[in-house]
Amino acid sequence: MSNEGVIYRISGPVVTATGMSAAMYDVVRVGHEGLMGEVIELHGEKAVIQVYEDTSGIRPGEPVLNTEETLSVSLGPGLLTQIYDGIQRPLPTLEKEMGVFITRGVDADAFDLEKIWTFEPQVAVGDEVVGGQVIGHVQETDTIIHKIMVPPTVSGTVKSIESGDFNVTQTVCVLEDGTEMQMMQKWPVRTPRPFQQKYAPDTPLVTGMRILDFLFPLAKGGAAGIPGPFGSGKTVTQQSLAKYSDAQLVVYIGCGERGNEMTEVLDEFPHLIDPNTGKPLMERTVMIANTSNMPVAAREASVYTGITIAEYFRDMGYDVALMADSTSRWAEAMREISSRLEEMPGEEGYPAYLSSRIAEFYERAGRVETLNGDDGSVTVIGAVSPPGGDISEPVSQGTLRIVKVFWGLDAGLARQRHFPAINWLNSYSLYPQSLDQWFRDNIAQDFPEIRTQISGLLQIESELQEIVQLVGSDALPVDQQLTLEVARMIREFFLQQNGFHDVDAYCDIHLQYHMAKAILSFQDAAKSAMADGALLNDVVNVPARSDLMRGRFEKGYIDRIDSMVKKMNDEIADAVESN
Amino acid sequence: MTGKEYRTITDVKGPLVFLNKTEPVAFGEIVTLRLANGDIKNGQVLDTSDDLVIVQVFEGTAKINRETGVTFMGDVFKLPVSTDLVGRILDGAGRPRDGGPEIVADEKADIIGAAINPYSRQSPNDFIQTGVSAIDLCTSLVRGQKLPIFSASGLPHNDIALQIARQAKLKDSDEEFIVVFCAMGITAEEYNFFRSDLERTGALENAVLFVNLADDPAVERIITPRLALTAAEYLAFEKDYHVLVIYTDMTNYCDALRQIGAAREEVPGRRGYPGYMYTDLAMLYERAGIVKGKKGSITQFPILTMPGDDITHPIPDLSGYITEGQIVISRELHQQGIYPPINVLPSLSRLMGSCIGEKTTREDHKSVSDQMYAAYAQGRELRGLVAIVGEDALNERDKQLLDFSGVFEDKFLRQTRDEDRSIEETLDLCWTLMSSIDTKYLVRLDQKWIEKYHPDNRE
Ligand SMILES: Nc1ncnc2c1ncn2[C@@H]1O[C@H](COP(=O)(O)OP(=O)(O)OP(=O)(O)O)[C@@H](O)[C@H]1O
Ligand SMILES: [Mg+2]
Repeated sequence: MSNEGVIYRISGPVVTATGMSAAMYDVVRVGHEGLMGEVIELHGEKAVIQVYEDTSGIRPGEPVLNTEETLSVSLGPGLLTQIYDGIQRPLPTLEKEMGVFITRGVDADAFDLEKIWTFEPQVAVGDEVVGGQVIGHVQETDTIIHKIMVPPTVSGTVKSIESGDFNVTQTVCVLEDGTEMQMMQKWPVRTPRPFQQKYAPDTPLVTGMRILDFLFPLAKGGAAGIPGPFGSGKTVTQQSLAKYSDAQLVVYIGCGERGNEMTEVLDEFPHLIDPNTGKPLMERTVMIANTSNMPVAAREASVYTGITIAEYFRDMGYDVALMADSTSRWAEAMREISSRLEEMPGEEGYPAYLSSRIAEFYERAGRVETLNGDDGSVTVIGAVSPPGGDISEPVSQGTLRIVKVFWGLDAGLARQRHFPAINWLNSYSLYPQSLDQWFRDNIAQDFPEIRTQISGLLQIESELQEIVQLVGSDALPVDQQLTLEVARMIREFFLQQNGFHDVDAYCDIHLQYHMAKAILSFQDAAKSAMADGALLNDVVNVPARSDLMRGRFEKGYIDRIDSMVKKMNDEIADAVESN
Repeated sequence: MTGKEYRTITDVKGPLVFLNKTEPVAFGEIVTLRLANGDIKNGQVLDTSDDLVIVQVFEGTAKINRETGVTFMGDVFKLPVSTDLVGRILDGAGRPRDGGPEIVADEKADIIGAAINPYSRQSPNDFIQTGVSAIDLCTSLVRGQKLPIFSASGLPHNDIALQIARQAKLKDSDEEFIVVFCAMGITAEEYNFFRSDLERTGALENAVLFVNLADDPAVERIITPRLALTAAEYLAFEKDYHVLVIYTDMTNYCDALRQIGAAREEVPGRRGYPGYMYTDLAMLYERAGIVKGKKGSITQFPILTMPGDDITHPIPDLSGYITEGQIVISRELHQQGIYPPINVLPSLSRLMGSCIGEKTTREDHKSVSDQMYAAYAQGRELRGLVAIVGEDALNERDKQLLDFSGVFEDKFLRQTRDEDRSIEETLDLCWTLMSSIDTKYLVRLDQKWIEKYHPDNRE
């Protein structure tokens, strides 16, 4: 059989071809227009293909050509600041070729193949090099050095190495065995890139969001799931993470969601400054946008495209964070393709392999020793959109089985406009043990203990609330009423954080610690004043306390907070006398 | 180009017709079916192979048999578009329904519609004043947004939609909207209500109506909104109009989808709706927006009735996952005799942040909106508590908030069907109403706005 066949059947995004030799995951060109597709099933003579573009108007009998390559991404300088569709076609190029509507049949290089980059060699003639080794540097953006690496499967002795200005397809290094290397390489998206070993995570991904860093921290190289009903804040949370987390690189995948949300990121990021480096955020970002109305097969591929790019930067020794919004849409794409294949459905019509695909995806997160002995990480944060907000469904459950951090968004909190609407009672992180040492060494010795006190107070509050529902709060003893006030302060002053506020959207981790201490300090001061006869009402209403709480909306809070706490405590002490 | 007529039907099932081997037929190709009595039906290819073709018939399969002649039309479904569409009433398949002539096409547009390149979109940020206080204050509508009404049977969602269609305008501009109205399976009575209102106000001249009524073929509803959106795209992106698309009732559309899925023996998703319903709905809702380099815009106002008033039902649920917020109509408020019975608490406009404030509405808008919302939410919650412990158990603050929640409904929400309040009037009304609460409890209001706008501080 040859690499050319003909179409036998078309059913939406799934096309069957006959008369063509094919292997699983071969990339094929379908029909007269040469639409891109991928072989996903073989049945005797027949190859079943998922097509990444709209198939209407295509007829049986049209040609199919097997490229005999597997679905791969192009990796090299030019990735950063790009926005791609699910199969790594740059959206600006598509706009140039097709106008504002995405039609079909257009190929586009992942980045400008002609653009000249300055290559600074890192090896010399005669050096032995192995897969993953860095042979040169390219300053891709102000913040990021793009390290040109030997492809994972290549090794040998350097015969020649260039220095200076080249485009990504020109040879910059030749090995004794004749292997030529360029700044661009390819990697199949469905195969994880290799590394030497996985390490246990020991450093938090600091996000600037108090509820996340303080109560439910995520490790660099870890994985987190954010399930929540519509409108509860998945996208705002993911975007905040993309803006403020201390990853060195961000891969943001808009997977089957809204077009306007991608536009928002495109409009906003070039003007936003990374609080960790002071440089424009866009310079550390790669975006993948396969919105809900774009072809579902490309949506299925988009998460793999994204994570392969993330792994590539990890292999350079960077800490990469990847956001996928929403993994449920990815799962639905799998379901749709699977049902077209007439596969035996599992739970809720999802294919039986759903949970293993989810697990494989999250397993590509991790902190690793790279092939070149460096330390790099991919942190994955996946949004989940459970129907009706009920997380007993297969995608949520498949995710929760594998991730170690669960940030559960709550419709009730969102309705109360308590943002981020993360439920502090049912969310969890399994990382604190491995991260506590970092917090002790870098923030404060007693950081873990302060955390325990804060979450303990929230726990007690929820128990007291049950009583309050029955008898009203006035019926409680004053010390418990004080506990309720302290817990309220935790919620309103500490947990709530408006993702759009100029100042408070990002909160330095040191400041988080000071704010938590301020709450406990209020509790202590209030207790002792009340023991000396002060009234709860007076203690709660001292003006300096509301000043302290409002202070977080102003810049420079970290320099003022200690004196504001002191003033509050003085006023509370005075409340004893005024009584 | 029309091909030859086949008589190779093997099976008919629900809205689907199965045919044996024909010449190669395109996926999505349009089909005509000629019955023994000469009647013509139309359909579209859902699945095509060398051996078997599956056709979905829009008008239903009644009277189709093995003698029925099937012709493949050589092309996918296209709508003839031209500015002549404006002022016309068409049926659910795009044929004149007003006795007027066929549309003379400037061009024919594929009704599936291509996706807007996300890179080519422009963020919507022009505030649309609807004149309805609850919407303008709490869920501000933006030009280019898709903002559905989540309603339920027996509630006045049609009145609200019409009021918005009549009153919607950009602040300080008399640029008008072209209304594209798309009816899917609504009753003749509802339709007449819409049409006569549009006629009465003269809006009909600036509107295009696509009408599939309750007794029209159900499967046709699959294409009706696509026709409407194709017309809207043409008017917005080729002819620079600002288009407001109202479609009702999405629930009937989804039921038609379910019917086709069942006939194809697909594995059903939740409550029998197809697993791909999210994607299918997104292919409609995402056809809202503004694109770079084009003057026009498409704003969508879909109406759906929640079966059993249940917001977690797949139709509102999947819609909410795609649209940019929702306006929720409340049976409880309706029963209290309040029009418009909008429950602002579960309602949301996600694009609101980008369209309100000093430059567009008024500097105090956000602050006032937050405070009104918070006070009403607390007041409503207290109603529950009062039912248990009695009003006497409330402290002074809670009493004021409880009273406020009643005032909010009676004075702020309530307005007449032709009352068109400017955003300034709405905001001033809010300040008047909020002054019934002690300023010290109005913690969400910025001090500087209290000094400037609170009735105590104004002349
Ligand atoms: N951290 C936050 N700060 C302020 N507002 C927020 C925050 N999180 C969410 N919101 C509000 O809630 C709205 C909905 O949030 P978001 O778009 O993130 O929801 P979502 O969970 O992604 O919904 P969907 O599943 O429909 O995409 C936002 O438009 C915003 O008004
Ligand atoms: Mg979202």
